[in-house]
Amino acid sequence: MEKSNGATGEADLMVDPSRLPQEVRNDFPILARRVGGNSLAYLDNAATTQKPLAVIEAIDRYYHRFNANVHRGVHTLSQEATDLYEEARRTVARFLNAPSEKNIVFVRGCTEAINLVAGSYGVENIGEGDEIVLSAMEHHSNIVPWQLLCERTGAQLRVIPMNEEGELLLPEYEQLLNERTKLVCVVHVSNALGTINPVEQIIDTAHARGIPVLLDGAQATAHGSVDVRELDVDFYTLSGHKVFGPTGIGALFAKSEILASMPPYHGGGEMIRSVTFETTTYADPPARFEAGTPNIAGAIGLAAALEYVLNTGRDRIRAWERELLVYGTERLREIDGLRLIGTAREKTSILSFTLDFAHPHDVGTILDGEGVAVRTGHHCTQPVMAFYGIPATTRASLAFYNTKEEIDRLVDALEKVREIFG
Amino acid sequence: MNDDVRELYQQIILDHNKSPRNFREIDPADRVVEAYNPLCGDHYTIYLNVVDEHVTDISFQGAGCAISKASASVMTELIKGKSVDEAVALFDHFHDLVTGQQSADPWEQGKLAAFAGVRDYPARVKCASLGWHTMKAALTTESDTISTE
Repeated sequence: MEKSNGATGEADLMVDPSRLPQEVRNDFPILARRVGGNSLAYLDNAATTQKPLAVIEAIDRYYHRFNANVHRGVHTLSQEATDLYEEARRTVARFLNAPSEKNIVFVRGCTEAINLVAGSYGVENIGEGDEIVLSAMEHHSNIVPWQLLCERTGAQLRVIPMNEEGELLLPEYEQLLNERTKLVCVVHVSNALGTINPVEQIIDTAHARGIPVLLDGAQATAHGSVDVRELDVDFYTLSGHKVFGPTGIGALFAKSEILASMPPYHGGGEMIRSVTFETTTYADPPARFEAGTPNIAGAIGLAAALEYVLNTGRDRIRAWERELLVYGTERLREIDGLRLIGTAREKTSILSFTLDFAHPHDVGTILDGEGVAVRTGHHCTQPVMAFYGIPATTRASLAFYNTKEEIDRLVDALEKVREIFG
Repeated sequence: MNDDVRELYQQIILDHNKSPRNFREIDPADRVVEAYNPLCGDHYTIYLNVVDEHVTDISFQGAGCAISKASASVMTELIKGKSVDEAVALFDHFHDLVTGQQSADPWEQGKLAAFAGVRDYPARVKCASLGWHTMKAALTTESDTISTE
């Protein structure tokens, strides 16, 4: 995540990252909202990020001027809509440094991307007695699709363990791999813990045994550079709404030869070459995997979001978020009775914690009364909660538009929780 | 301090959260039903003894947020000694109260009125209702697990 890439053409100026919030906050109209008489401190970015005007206006412009179905009409609007949609695909490819836009399949989000891989590649390549290796910190979206596949095929799941800090144990990982291992599926950045996994090593170890790797990139793309070519990863998933784009749009990256070998996932229009009642031949990727009219406005909005991130500069975003993480960690550690959940050395700006004097659900309600929006619950990672022996956490997840003042407001609000419950 | 939050976390609720009543196991019990809210992880077990259509003893154990725990605690106090019909009627009353279908009258409803504030927090209605739904299910169905989903 550290590497900046010349091919993306992004600004990587490191000019004083602490100026970032004041530069960008006006780009996000929702951040000016008031909630219950307080200004909003939006600290729930791991659930979904807010959208810059560039995204809102791109969608607005599309519906005002260009709306038409893609890949079919000969009329002007259809051609323009098709151009915008395919340009969006090129933007995603550039953002991930994929070799070609043909490696990018538009989907609804990471959940659909993983289901697509499980339902197409998985059904084709994983059978009875085979093993799929996951990690102990997977989101349910990178567990359940594989369980469904196992139920259909008789394959089995193996789980990479982690330590108390929330770091995967690589020697144990290596020992899990064997000739029955058909796929390794690991989250790039944990949504519950913030851990940035050592994906380079994970991929190298798997590839040394000829095993392909899928990375769930839902939480990674908003916080630094992702270079699928440098990683040599086989599958990478992206959710638009986690990276300042709209909901309902995301992307699957897969290597060309893998995509070419994969059977269709959904059947319908757009994904065919020719159809008769006797037989149908399928289109080449990525169209093969995009049955039906796609989320055209979503793809255009996603491209606008990715351009916005590139223009802001991912190294700069990373530098500011690291400062926020250090500051937030220090401030939270001042609170008696607070236990940080997820203290990996390599982390994004996620602060997940429990309080020994109040339940997360009550914390969330009281914080909301102070205008501080956080997530409380198990974060769709029940195995992680079970590992720590807790039902839920309170999670503050920061984006580059967040400020140290907002962290102070979180800490002040937690003191109010203590006033009520202490 | 936000007044609405104070309205929600009234002294009765804080007190029952800190020192829940009837917080024990009944062994053996006529009915043992688990209550679970998969959204937030609240998880309780409710124990009931019923003799001649009357709840002779009721208790609960488990963990969850202050609203769910206090609500279950108050529920056990109010239900103990009631007939099954009275218990179900109380459930309906409580349900209407927390969903805002009925106004709170502190003179008539006593401890229940403390939960009227929940109606302003739609996300918390399930917390307040969890123990009550479970009690009702224990009295009126064969089910041994109640989930809010």
